[in-house]
Amino acid sequence: MKKLGDMLLERLPFSELVMGNTGVVRGMVEAGIRVVTSYPGSPTPEIAAAIADIPVEKRPFYFEFSVNEKVAVEVAFGAAMNGRPSVVFFKSVGLNVAADTFVQLNHMQIPGGMVVIIGDDPGAHSSQNEQDNRHLARLSYTPVLEPASPSEAYSFFLEAASLARKQQMAVMLRLTTHVCHAKERVSFAGWKAETPDDSPVFSGESGANIPIGANVALMKKRALERLSSAKNTSLHRVLSHKNSERGVITAGLPFLSLMDALQNSEEKPDILKLGMVYPINEGIVADFLASHREVLVLEELDDFLEQAIKSISCTLGADTTILGKSSLDDWIGEYTPARVKEKLNRVWPGVVQISRLPYETIQTPARFPQMCPGCGHRSAFYAIGKALGENDISVADIGCHTLGFFPPYEIGQVLMSMGASTGIGQGLSLFNSERRVVAFLGDSTFFHAGIPGVINALFNKHNLTLIVMENGTTAMTGHQNHPGTGRNFSEAADRIPIRNVLQGLGVKDITEVDTYSQADLTAAVVKALDSPGFSVVIAKHPCMLKFTREQRRKQSFKAKHVEVDQEICSLARVCIDRFGCPSFNWNPETREVVANPDICIGDASCIQTCPAAAISSFTSKEVSR
Amino acid sequence: MPGCSDKLLHFKGGVSMNIYITGVGGQGIGLLSEALLRALDRAGLAVKGVDTHGLAQRGGVVVSQIRTGSGEFSPLIQPGMADLVVALERHEAYRALNGFLRKEGTLVYYDTVQQPFNVRNGSVPEITVETLHNECRRRGVTVFRVYRDDLPNPRMQNTALLKVILDQSLISELTSRHLEEAMEDLLTGEALKANLKILSTT
Repeated sequence: MKKLGDMLLERLPFSELVMGNTGVVRGMVEAGIRVVTSYPGSPTPEIAAAIADIPVEKRPFYFEFSVNEKVAVEVAFGAAMNGRPSVVFFKSVGLNVAADTFVQLNHMQIPGGMVVIIGDDPGAHSSQNEQDNRHLARLSYTPVLEPASPSEAYSFFLEAASLARKQQMAVMLRLTTHVCHAKERVSFAGWKAETPDDSPVFSGESGANIPIGANVALMKKRALERLSSAKNTSLHRVLSHKNSERGVITAGLPFLSLMDALQNSEEKPDILKLGMVYPINEGIVADFLASHREVLVLEELDDFLEQAIKSISCTLGADTTILGKSSLDDWIGEYTPARVKEKLNRVWPGVVQISRLPYETIQTPARFPQMCPGCGHRSAFYAIGKALGENDISVADIGCHTLGFFPPYEIGQVLMSMGASTGIGQGLSLFNSERRVVAFLGDSTFFHAGIPGVINALFNKHNLTLIVMENGTTAMTGHQNHPGTGRNFSEAADRIPIRNVLQGLGVKDITEVDTYSQADLTAAVVKALDSPGFSVVIAKHPCMLKFTREQRRKQSFKAKHVEVDQEICSLARVCIDRFGCPSFNWNPETREVVANPDICIGDASCIQTCPAAAISSFTSKEVSR
Repeated sequence: MPGCSDKLLHFKGGVSMNIYITGVGGQGIGLLSEALLRALDRAGLAVKGVDTHGLAQRGGVVVSQIRTGSGEFSPLIQPGMADLVVALERHEAYRALNGFLRKEGTLVYYDTVQQPFNVRNGSVPEITVETLHNECRRRGVTVFRVYRDDLPNPRMQNTALLKVILDQSLISELTSRHLEEAMEDLLTGEALKANLKILSTT
């Protein structure tokens, strides 16, 4: 197999087994996209991973991880205003951060055209909600294409890019988690690799892009006109099963779930699969309604299509019965094949066979995500836990350190959104002299959305302790660089140290501690909590997962482990019950705590937690892979 | 559908095999499933796959799903419909057996244990080999327990499982040649050599 980066630049048509996120990158290459921006967030970061596989000098477009989604949209918009076809991609809730700029996009005439790729997350696999971003598209007059598979992610991207360029507008490609991460063999077209026309076409004439006064109405009208002309896409499909009684209107991954659910059905309904879910094509929907007695609208999350289809039906005066969401549960979670079967069975009993689900005789123990062996956050939460009183309030934020919520640490009692902890902590501290407040913030998040909260704390003299959990990377989403790391996506860049930023802003009380120095960290937090006003503790330790992976790559990895001396162990079980490293297993038969060499990395941060000093570390003979 | 192999056009459409792969984040489930997926693709099957990414990769339950067949279908396997469960850890073997394996299906698991927190702290019992195998019997499931003390590195437990899948012909279309080629797609240098050695040793 060729290297992924070479394959993405292949001149001749080819096919390859790829995930949806990779498919859209080939789309970017073929479509002649010139500028791509993003902020990392699941389910989309593998788009950047595929881009990273193309060496910078061969990359046919510029790519950056911007500091946050709003800036990413702005950079892509600026480039497109100068005639560069651009793309911005990020996760579902990233659109909230970007919204102030995003909602304006289609008021503008955008010469290069823009594709906004959104990774929505039905089922909230790695997001704080499962928001349905079709609503924000509607609010901003942005057309939405919704692919069901990697093949469609690629071909719909090309359609979106072509529409965006032709209409000089922004178009949304709405992916969902299991479209981003699904893998199949995709057939790609050739790539001509034409020299791009980089003439700077930006025009500032006659205030056409200044939404002030009467211009706003003109710009809004222009947006509505373009939206309406976007409807004539050829991406819709009708699958006829010659059923004039029953039809299903669906889109995206639920379509594939429906195909699965109907596999052995003897009364298959006809299916209208919408490729563009906003604006809806009234003509196609009206024809489908007219030719069926009952139509089920099958859509994940909110009743977006259902409302539009009911409205079309109402205007037509059609006597088709429209079935849609019938319980609150229908609004929640992913429409997997099993869910769709269950839904079909409720709507049209007997259309599909529901097999009896297996049952458990003994319940499987629940397994929560947890910090990796050696994670600096574990030492941090263990040490900070000792500094916090029963009554103190802890505010969580987004990142690996969110996992501090789980036992045994249970630190972080409210979690909102990126960088929100600092502001929330300030509010909690008002009219509150009894309960001390501590807020947590990751380092990438500090740059992303954390700084305004810090300035507010200083400006309005709030009483709060902020703990910056600095691991030197954007860990949860796959170790992307951020402004504090000294490297951007493509090259070295001057490091912006968090401490310097804080000092520059005028924070007086700053303590920096390596989290492995657990006693020092406890002392620093005790002191910060006791001092009035705004104080910051930077609890730092490099992400050990990134560190060990890099060592393995460089073949410099030395396998180390810890072991428990059973003669000395007093069964205080601090390593398990309070420190909570997953490397320690409990053997109920021998009543022994044993370190699991399969996962222990020998970081030795546990040694200091053992009251009996029974843990020691050693270098193993393991061969590196 | 683009991407469908021509060889399979005689299928009327539908799924012919569901493979559910599971373990704990960090165990190499991604490599195992990508190798299987690529090997089956090389064997000429139309395959679909999907992996867990994001939050769960941090020590949580990680799942990969592979489906072979033709026509249009979801990458997601329905509960109780997997033909084969491949598990890298005993608790996850038990969870997938209960949740996803069909009656009379096949389970192959690597017998290592990463205790979930509630097991470690003693509040619920560990799933033992006996519990797991009893449950397999009750469901008519064929079970293969894999454990090797000759692995140079615990990170090769995934390849040890692939070896058993191959040797026991648990996926009829899988050949050692295709699997080795898939490994060559995914690994290089010493890592490739070490893993190929596990596959080729009898």
